[in-house]
Amino acid sequence: MKAASFDYIRAKSIDEVCSALNQGDGEAQIIAGGQTLIPLMAMRMSRPQTLVDINDIEELRGIEVAEKVAMIKAGTRQADVLSSIEIRNNLPILSEALGHVGHTQTRNRGTIGGSLVAADPSSEICLIAQLLDATMIAKSTAGTRSIPANQFFDSAMVTSLKDGECLMEIDFPIWNQKRTGFGFHETSIRDSDYALAAASAQIAIGGNNKCERVHLAVGGATPSPLRLNEVETALIGSVLDDSVIDDAVSLIPNLLEPQSDVHASAEYRRRVTCVLAARAIRDARDRAQGKFS
Amino acid sequence: MSKNSVHITVNGTAYKREIEPRLTLVDFLRDELDLTGTHVGCEHGVCGACSVIMDGRPVRSCLIYAVMADGHDFVTVEGLGSKDGSLSPIQDAFWENHAMQCGYCTPGMLIACHHLLEENPDPTEEEIREAIGGNLCRCTGYQQIVEAVKIAAQKIHGVNL
Repeated sequence: MKAASFDYIRAKSIDEVCSALNQGDGEAQIIAGGQTLIPLMAMRMSRPQTLVDINDIEELRGIEVAEKVAMIKAGTRQADVLSSIEIRNNLPILSEALGHVGHTQTRNRGTIGGSLVAADPSSEICLIAQLLDATMIAKSTAGTRSIPANQFFDSAMVTSLKDGECLMEIDFPIWNQKRTGFGFHETSIRDSDYALAAASAQIAIGGNNKCERVHLAVGGATPSPLRLNEVETALIGSVLDDSVIDDAVSLIPNLLEPQSDVHASAEYRRRVTCVLAARAIRDARDRAQGKFS
Repeated sequence: MSKNSVHITVNGTAYKREIEPRLTLVDFLRDELDLTGTHVGCEHGVCGACSVIMDGRPVRSCLIYAVMADGHDFVTVEGLGSKDGSLSPIQDAFWENHAMQCGYCTPGMLIACHHLLEENPDPTEEEIREAIGGNLCRCTGYQQIVEAVKIAAQKIHGVNL
């Protein structure tokens, strides 16, 4: 359970990171919080030749909230985002989800960008990025590019980032509809452990009490977080009473191909995802209507 | 592979060592500094036995390479009590309540609970259980640990028992 040998570079700037990755020829890897990478290295599932430490780079840390977007630098600690009042006020679903990410000790080191790049199937941060259609901004020696969430998660632990790219910033859209609410539910073996299944919803309710806008995504039960457009279509334009929600989530089993493992069978994950999705939608509806208790 | 130089402050004492980058902080504390109070449990961030305080925040020392800790300040379980050997309030409450059996998780539990009481002097049972959620104990069933934290909180505030 000890990592293989590696060389270590403590980078002072993003340019230094990009050039180290470029020279590393695919064998150099960024380390931020290390809360996913270090266990993988301990188990020798990952053996980078060089680690490029980005923890000293101030530019990669910080939160900025504008009218329609919350911009979070990739190296911002999960604990700092969780304790941010600005995020809680403007992007409450991210605060809620972060409460389920690891434990105090891991959130104090783990970063927002690190979780996205690791792309664990059960990652709550990845789920919220997919739900809100966040934009990932990455830099390499070739330049900077923006990657929408729906093109970012390729499969379990795999993203569309290329060798040599450093994730710089994540832009989470903020909905400006007045009556907007969110819901987030997950099931795990113990509190804050990996989610066996998770569901999140964000809903805006119009003046006529009809669902004006809805995003629904599930995680844990799928290799990557998944937006469920078919279910969204079944909800949009309706008054969201419980029977409408139950009918909509009944579409979910056919949309998922969950994996089985020692903790839960595929069938369990399929069923529990439907239940969690229904709860997330109901919470989002109730919050949007100011009725959440 | 190359060796790197690290300067680390632990419990107020500055140390300098030449180490391989792959050395974890917990192995550094135990093997290089002879601070064996911090325990190595799972070595991959599951059990919490190796918890230490880094720049004022609890972290897992098996999930930090010592080379990354260069320039940072740490408190380990050895740093909780006084130099004369007397126990801190949380250590004393663990002792009084027998909040351990085999003692393997104890240093990590003490670090987590010490930090909780610094941040939140009057935690609810739910907050205590949340704070130790990242620390596994296979003996106690957690009950005496939760009780010990409640008693330490009362002692710190001078509330009558």
